[in-house]
Amino acid sequence: MIEFESVSKTYPGPTAAVSEFSLTVPSHRTVVLVGSSGSGKSTLLRMVNRMVDPTGGRVLIDDEDVRDRDPVALRRSIGYVLQNGGLMPHWTVLDNVATVPVLTGTPKRQARLAAKELLERVGLDPAMGRRYPGQLSGGQQQRVGVARALATDPNILLMDEPFGAVDPIMRRELQEELLRLQTELHKTILFVTHDIDEAFLLGDEVVVLREGGQIAQRGTPAEILAAPADDFVRGFTGVDRAERTLSTMEVDGRTIAVDGTGRPVGVFAP
Amino acid sequence: MTWLNANWPQVIELSGDHLALSVPAILISILIAVPIGRLAHRRPKIGTPLLSAATLMYAIPALPLLIIIPVVFGIPLRSPATMIVALSVYGVALLVRTAADAFGSVDARVREAAVAVGHSPRSVFWRVDLPLAIPVLLSGIRVVTVSTVSLVTIGALIGVPSLGTLLTDGFQRGIEAEVATGVIVTIILALILDVLLLAAGRAAAPWTRTPRAKAVAA
Amino acid sequence: MSLFLDALSWLGDGANWTGPDGVPTRVLQHLAITAAVVGISAAVALPAGVLIGHSRRGAGVVGALTGAARAIPTLGLLTMLGLALGIGLLAPMLALVVLAIPSVLAGAYAGVQAVDPATTGAAKAIGMSSRQVVFRVELPLASPVIIGGLRAATLQVVATATLAAYTADFGLGRYLFTGLKSREYAEMLAGALLVAVLALLLELALATAQRQAAVRLAAPGRNPSQRTPDTREKEPA
Ligand SMILES: Nc1ncnc2c1ncn2[C@@H]1O[C@H](COP(=O)(O)OP(=O)(O)O)[C@@H](O)[C@H]1O
Ligand SMILES: [Mg+2]
Repeated sequence: MIEFESVSKTYPGPTAAVSEFSLTVPSHRTVVLVGSSGSGKSTLLRMVNRMVDPTGGRVLIDDEDVRDRDPVALRRSIGYVLQNGGLMPHWTVLDNVATVPVLTGTPKRQARLAAKELLERVGLDPAMGRRYPGQLSGGQQQRVGVARALATDPNILLMDEPFGAVDPIMRRELQEELLRLQTELHKTILFVTHDIDEAFLLGDEVVVLREGGQIAQRGTPAEILAAPADDFVRGFTGVDRAERTLSTMEVDGRTIAVDGTGRPVGVFAP
Repeated sequence: MTWLNANWPQVIELSGDHLALSVPAILISILIAVPIGRLAHRRPKIGTPLLSAATLMYAIPALPLLIIIPVVFGIPLRSPATMIVALSVYGVALLVRTAADAFGSVDARVREAAVAVGHSPRSVFWRVDLPLAIPVLLSGIRVVTVSTVSLVTIGALIGVPSLGTLLTDGFQRGIEAEVATGVIVTIILALILDVLLLAAGRAAAPWTRTPRAKAVAA
Repeated sequence: MSLFLDALSWLGDGANWTGPDGVPTRVLQHLAITAAVVGISAAVALPAGVLIGHSRRGAGVVGALTGAARAIPTLGLLTMLGLALGIGLLAPMLALVVLAIPSVLAGAYAGVQAVDPATTGAAKAIGMSSRQVVFRVELPLASPVIIGGLRAATLQVVATATLAAYTADFGLGRYLFTGLKSREYAEMLAGALLVAVLALLLELALATAQRQAAVRLAAPGRNPSQRTPDTREKEPA
């Protein structure tokens, strides 16, 4: 469980990046922070592994203040996936995946062996382990990033727009893969994105942020769609957009769904 | 050729002297310039003035420096030590800026990712910053190596033996073949070291070798 | 340290400041030969470098030339030309020109080549001739780097001109060689200090010129003291 207790972060400058933010991320659930660029999502995420220390408030992991933890040890205990994979360009894929186990003293051979299994787990050919990141496609690099984050079997995964830099088809594949992994692994995932569709797809719970890390609304995707809190959430989630305003239509005895422009988008199961 | 036929043992011996002066100087330059470059990159307030001062040393002409160094360091003029100190001064002056650039060339996002997954600061330096700086660093070391080998010849003017001895001796005795041999062997020596460095760099930075295009298909 | 005092007293001795072997004469000789050599080198290498940079072709030639110049021992060039052409000014001048050309060439080439193609493209698009593009766009924008090349060449010539006294009787290098021969450390050290000071002064003057060019020619209107305020490290997003 991750708890933010009215955390704030101010950088030199007129406005605070985050102010008085509180949130509980329950264990084994996926919580998605969604908001436009600059709304403070990354800042919040990075407070969890102490890449950023809050200027006010505190962050607790399983009731322990992260400030009491050694930052290096803390980071090794948390999986972190970054937008561009954040892979070390000078190490092979296997060595990248094995990074943290090796740092924490696992013998290299053993760590590499485990890394091979992880590659399979995230849908990569283990033979790719000998390559360098520069030789992989963006989607493949992202998978390696996920494998690295899973290498120590951490309880918590932090994911900062991990699929933001890959093309839409690949993104869709990676999202499905993550959903599949989560049904097996039951990690506590804090996921950051600016893509509302991604948030609704992946999040057990979604937190819509506005400037300065202010929570505009939080709830399950269904709750947010059903009752957007205000015009900001309405605009951000696009509940008024034609493709989200569905209605039913009877055709040849079947019920089909059509969107706001009358385009058929699906059929109800009989 | 006839001159070389008669004198090759001397040429070999002087080549050895030449290497014994240049190789230590190159190593010392690297050991001094890399930390300064790193400092200049991480803490520009302290590092940048240091960088400028080191670079300015390059403006001091070689022969005068050779004469000033013994007085400052209290060592004899006609000694290998004088030569090595002078060569190191130039080597550092040539290398510091490249060293700073080399650390600057390391992608900040990669460094940050390394911190985020739990590298300690020391581990970030040894396992991420330094290896990733190698390609740029190496280009600077190659420049230093070639100029050092060429500069060693000047030691002959103050009586420190090297291939430069062939230049002064040949000039005084009017033997063109001797001077030409000195020039050519010096250049060959520089080229050999350069090729060795290039090969060492390739081996130390295998990730730079492999073209991306080949792999994307798989 | 007493050696330094000896050198200073040598410098303080009025007898060393007069006549054909006096300090002013030697300094002037040194400066004159430097100016002449840099002038000749610039006349040859500047147009060539600008042309190569303008056409954006021939980068390999420039690279090879600068690399080769670094590998050739200066003393070797001086002594070889000295033997071939005899004692006198011609041999060292030639050697100095050969050594100065690569720096000037590389500066001119690198400076012009680094001008944003979008800028020169725009200049062409609004109707400038090739000539106008070179003189009104590329040269001003490249001027700091071009002056940088001249600065490197000048320093190299000042330094090498000292060595040139080995084969010809001119310049401040003479003090070093007579001192070396007669084991007169005071004279030798005084000469060394004179050359070092001269070189450092030239270096500082040319560095200033380069900065001025950067401010006035390449980027007028931009206040160098007003740097972009955003110095925070880029976050990985
Ligand atoms: N290191 C920093 N220094 C100064 N300002 C920062 C820094 N990191 C983030 N900010 C500012 O804090 C705000 C929130 O940033 P961030 O958390 O990165 O937003 P997001 O990830 O939602 O795009 C932005 O206005 C950003 O400019
Ligand atoms: Mg962000």
